[in-house]
Amino acid sequence: MLERIQVLICGGTGCMSSHSKEIKKAFEDELIALGIKEEVGLILTGCFGLCEKGPVIVIYPDETFYSHVKVSDVRTICEEHLLKGRPVMNLMVNDPNAKTKIKQMSQLKFYAKQKRIALRNCGQINPLDIKEYIARDGYLALAKVLTELSSDDVIDEMIASGLKGRGGGGFPTGVKWQFARRSESDIKYVICNADEGDPGAFMDRAILEGDPHSILEAMAICGYAIGSNQGYIYVRAEYPVAVERLKHAINEAKEYGLLGERIFDTDFSFDIDIRLGAGAFVCGEETALIRSIEGYRGMPTTKPPFPAVKGLWDKPTNVNNVETLANVPVIFLKGASFFRSIGTDKSPGTKVFALGGKINNTGLVEVPMGVSLREVVYDIGGGIPAKRKFKAIQTGGPSGGCITEKDLDTKIDFDNLTALGSMMGSGGMIIMDEDNCMVDVARFYLDFTVDESCGKCTPCREGTKQMLDILNRICEGNGTLEDIDELERLGQMIKKTSLCGLGQTAPNPVLSTIKHFKDEYIAHVVDKNCPAGVCSNLTNFVIHDNCIGCTKCARNCPVNAISGWPKQIHTIDQDLCIKCGACKKACPVGAITSDVLLKEVSL
Amino acid sequence: MKTIEELKQLRDESLKKMTMRYTKDGYRVQVGMGTCGIASGARAILNAFLEQVENHELKNVTVTQVGCMGECAYEPMAEIIDASGQSYVYGCLTIPMVRQIVEKHMIDHQPITKYLLSERKDS
Repeated sequence: MLERIQVLICGGTGCMSSHSKEIKKAFEDELIALGIKEEVGLILTGCFGLCEKGPVIVIYPDETFYSHVKVSDVRTICEEHLLKGRPVMNLMVNDPNAKTKIKQMSQLKFYAKQKRIALRNCGQINPLDIKEYIARDGYLALAKVLTELSSDDVIDEMIASGLKGRGGGGFPTGVKWQFARRSESDIKYVICNADEGDPGAFMDRAILEGDPHSILEAMAICGYAIGSNQGYIYVRAEYPVAVERLKHAINEAKEYGLLGERIFDTDFSFDIDIRLGAGAFVCGEETALIRSIEGYRGMPTTKPPFPAVKGLWDKPTNVNNVETLANVPVIFLKGASFFRSIGTDKSPGTKVFALGGKINNTGLVEVPMGVSLREVVYDIGGGIPAKRKFKAIQTGGPSGGCITEKDLDTKIDFDNLTALGSMMGSGGMIIMDEDNCMVDVARFYLDFTVDESCGKCTPCREGTKQMLDILNRICEGNGTLEDIDELERLGQMIKKTSLCGLGQTAPNPVLSTIKHFKDEYIAHVVDKNCPAGVCSNLTNFVIHDNCIGCTKCARNCPVNAISGWPKQIHTIDQDLCIKCGACKKACPVGAITSDVLLKEVSL
Repeated sequence: MKTIEELKQLRDESLKKMTMRYTKDGYRVQVGMGTCGIASGARAILNAFLEQVENHELKNVTVTQVGCMGECAYEPMAEIIDASGQSYVYGCLTIPMVRQIVEKHMIDHQPITKYLLSERKDS
């Protein structure tokens, strides 16, 4: 029987970890109990993007959007919505402006401003069913390419589309394909770089989990264009769901003859295998990735020769990032001119960003290039929680830099972000508010790159370690003004002398925080004070005269260091205080700050 | 799979199951399923609509259920809304009536006036 209602349950990593699998099971049981199993479709999809509200369920045909669904809510949904047709109001998302509930998914501001190309099928189809992908014009681009276009036409179309590598480099994809095509060899390889390692970035994971077939299709198109018959997907073993769905997708595609020998009855054959990475950040660099597939230790090699000339097993190889590939089928379905019509002149298309940190709508968003950062943070991201003040965005993960309030109206594209001293990177966006200490943030990222440096070249291996030591010193309260200069000197040197992208960009978070927040560094080394109250050695919480005596701080203090009568100004006993910051978070009027110790002594 | 036609055929076939996720035009059938509707057999009417829609391979029809529609005396009722927002309310439905409504109204676009309770256009 035809299904009258379809329930789409988010099967992305975020929602899976908050029990979406158990929810699906509960739905199955409940539907059998109610005897309406046949008329209701139950589908586990890829990521919907709004991970903050997970687990997310969307019920079609009305597009009802339920958030934070618990297993115990399933019975109510089944009995009320599915059986009687009465949507469950208290599971819907609140509309902050109208004080009503938002009934439809498309009415959510989070989705209204997005333009989904790479994520077009995520949260829309069942990733384990090739037919659903085909229903969405899947593999039609491959069929068209194989039967109607020559290899050169494919490359011309790619160049015309202006698609740039979405993994961070921003190199024109069409040109990259052309290099690989021009290299003479009987064996060539296509590699999909799914070694996503930036802290806070998870768009590649969402695409692999939610729409694995789009990657397979794009790789086959690439193989046809450059003359390759073998593709590898290099994905980290830490993404078990992605690996499982990819394997399933490859098998299905082979079953339907969409991969394998003589695809669409042409002379073109293409096969794809998965190679698991052990999760080293440096293996996201293409030459290190190739070494890792070959079975060696993942270390970058010098370029040139570029992989397009001498790559995997010394054969010409084309390496593309997951998100880049996800755009490819759309270019051939709708044409390069369609793709060019989105975004800006220099950077056409869209970009997926992973919003994280101090923001209301944590999750994945895909916006056209040229949208301002303010729109992403405030309109789509929903602003900063708990009425805190925005401080900075870190884009590009450990390779990028921070962007401050004054640059929030910048239009997002590759060149503009680079001009600000940050970079597009893979698209992680960590939003920070007044409670984040920028020195500590820089230290966090540097700690990551020190761990992940492969150790091949000295500037990166030793230089970043030295920088981290200095930052640790500053955070502990033993820094001097000379240390800041030394950080800048070392940073510039590491950038200039490192071999690969990891070292060349590792000092960026430090350099850009020094550039934009020098006053915080100076407060750390001169005043011995951490204004945000994060570095515990440099924190002295003080209650100011605007205290309203609400007693919230005293009640939240875990060590009872705060005393004072209601409606009177409270005081903190510095000997007892453990600098946890609970009082600062609890204060409704912002009367608690971290201040210079001297001032406190004079009181 | 050997040809582009085979692929397109498979696409159209698979799309049938998924139309409700994408089509927003066409007819929308709302069957009143308040207590009154359920008591007078709205579930059978709902299933009859689904069956007919499937038999006739109608692509852009959404069948859904709503709460009590107000005129409980005329249950089971169904409201059919076309793409322009024009709504037709049918009352006292039986399964043979559903068959006629699907054939005449939704395929030939001729509302069956003798079964109609009211028609109105929402702005």
